[in-house]
Amino acid sequence: MSEPILQVDRLQTHFETHSRPVKAVDGVNFTVRAGEILGLVGESGSGKSVTGFSIMGLVDHPGRVVGGSIRFDGQELVGLAGEQLRRYRGRRISMIFQDPMMTLNPVLRIDTQMVETLQAHQDISREAALERCRESLKMVGISAPEARLRNYPHQLSGGMRQRVAIAIALLNDPELIIADEPTTALDVTIQSQILAEVQRLVEQKGVAMILITHDLSVVAGLADRIAVMYAGRIVEQGPSDEIISAPRHPYTSGLIASVPSRNQRHQRLRQIPGMTPSMTHLPEGCPFHPRCPKAQDLCRSEPEDTWEGPRSWRCHFPVGKDESIWS
Amino acid sequence: MTVFIIRRLLQSFFVLVAMTVIVFVAVYAIGNPVDILIAPDATQAERTAAIARLGLDQPLHQQYISFVGNLLQGDVGRSFVFNVPAFTLVLSRLPATLELALFALSLSILIGIPLGLWAGLKPQSIAGHSIMVGSIFGFSLPNFWQGLMLILLFAVLLGWLPSGGRGEPGEFLGMQSTLFSLDGWSHLILPSINLALFKTALIIRLTRASVLEAIQLDFVKFARAKGLREGRIVGVHILKVIMIPVITIIGLEFGTLIAFAVVTETVFAWPGIGKLIIDSIFVLDRPVIVSYLIVIVLTFITINLIVDVLYSVFDPRVRLQDLGA
Repeated sequence: MSEPILQVDRLQTHFETHSRPVKAVDGVNFTVRAGEILGLVGESGSGKSVTGFSIMGLVDHPGRVVGGSIRFDGQELVGLAGEQLRRYRGRRISMIFQDPMMTLNPVLRIDTQMVETLQAHQDISREAALERCRESLKMVGISAPEARLRNYPHQLSGGMRQRVAIAIALLNDPELIIADEPTTALDVTIQSQILAEVQRLVEQKGVAMILITHDLSVVAGLADRIAVMYAGRIVEQGPSDEIISAPRHPYTSGLIASVPSRNQRHQRLRQIPGMTPSMTHLPEGCPFHPRCPKAQDLCRSEPEDTWEGPRSWRCHFPVGKDESIWS
Repeated sequence: MTVFIIRRLLQSFFVLVAMTVIVFVAVYAIGNPVDILIAPDATQAERTAAIARLGLDQPLHQQYISFVGNLLQGDVGRSFVFNVPAFTLVLSRLPATLELALFALSLSILIGIPLGLWAGLKPQSIAGHSIMVGSIFGFSLPNFWQGLMLILLFAVLLGWLPSGGRGEPGEFLGMQSTLFSLDGWSHLILPSINLALFKTALIIRLTRASVLEAIQLDFVKFARAKGLREGRIVGVHILKVIMIPVITIIGLEFGTLIAFAVVTETVFAWPGIGKLIIDSIFVLDRPVIVSYLIVIVLTFITINLIVDVLYSVFDPRVRLQDLGA
């Protein structure tokens, strides 16, 4: 297997507040290879978006990366100066945001917003840049690129805008794309179109992708590997089908159990009891133990990652095969 | 765009008509100019003659009709005091005020927007805090006092600049203005600083607030994620978005600069329309007051029209609505 393009090691991103730091990301490890889609799954507030922004070096004040390492193609990104980091952003690593209504600047034309992305990273004439933009728009399934280029964002539909955003992300032929909930704000039909498009592009271009989502069903069909985040940590990761069919961490298993499926009509929807813990007052030890049906005294101490082949979990009492703990 | 402008001009016409009625009635209601204009020892015959000459013996609606009739011919009547056409009088004073207002506005834009940007981009820095504290002074110190202090410091103590009056006009491309002579500039600096201080503070605060709002928006973060240089993010992405509220305020404020430069013009003995209107109100010189108000309303209408046109330049969403209407 090829070397991973991205290696995240013990990443810690904290937000300094007046009282105590919020450990939004606290010791996250994962790798992504070229041509691979890693699904980063978790509830809102689990730190998955902050992980994405940490890689881009775009964590908002007062947050910052306080520890760990992010190696991209052998180069350490943590601690890189602004201008050096800028050369990576949008060129070798690009990002797709959640809400396409908000990601494009409302007062600039599409061509302006695309051409500047190219010109920020290479010496290219406007004409040549426009040609690249047309190609990129065609690639994401936009049929009349010439007309779209002259449009303003408000003249396009949500799905169209997200396609434009993806086209922008692809412009500089990046090696890694971080997609932060790229379809959450879209209609279900548009969602599947966009996801299919993304899948095709990743395959075609051999790009690595981190797909951040709270929707397990989105990653299940799309991602090669899944990493499940809870309270700033990755609690379980491994190949998608193995995780979905035989989750080891009780939280993953609960997530899967709470996906409403078709044959459960008139049955009460299953849910994980309790609430996501407040990031300022995390429970001691395993942060999931207050909600976990398998919790014992030992869970008040922090569990370590347990590795077994391509899989790992972070639990003292992992769920066994065919064991059903949420019923 | 043409339809839009024609529609706006029509609206403006009705505003103008409404304004003449209000002004006429309001001005008519205050005092009797004859008392002020005629010597106290005048005979009743002289009094009656004066009233007839000024057309004050006719009923109100008659006076209004003849007033509007004359107005349509560009005649607002003669100034009771100066005995020259009132409109010409006001127009002759207008360039002085326009010079002052334009110069003050340019100053406040050139200083206010960069400082506001800075304060908005680095709100926690020392410079950011200092700018905000400075702007509080611009807001809270009384205008006339600022003027007096400027005169005291730069004219009296340092003797660098003249304390009042307007300089000799220079000529450029057939236009006469004190903007084209050195003497004119030296006279212009102090009053325009005085006039600009408040506006600068306002623009700083508005720009800063808009920047703080804009930098949190996703498209700014997306622009960063695209790897754009900071200069382009601020100079294109942020600036173009915040120009929409800033232009609205600048437009409104330019109107008030012209209309309410009274204090500054009085302090610096600037021969503009602000000083003229104050003098005219004291002696109830009705035609001058009416002409002044017409000029001011026309100015506001013009500025608002320009602002609306500028909107569509800066905000494409406005353009679309216009086409749909």
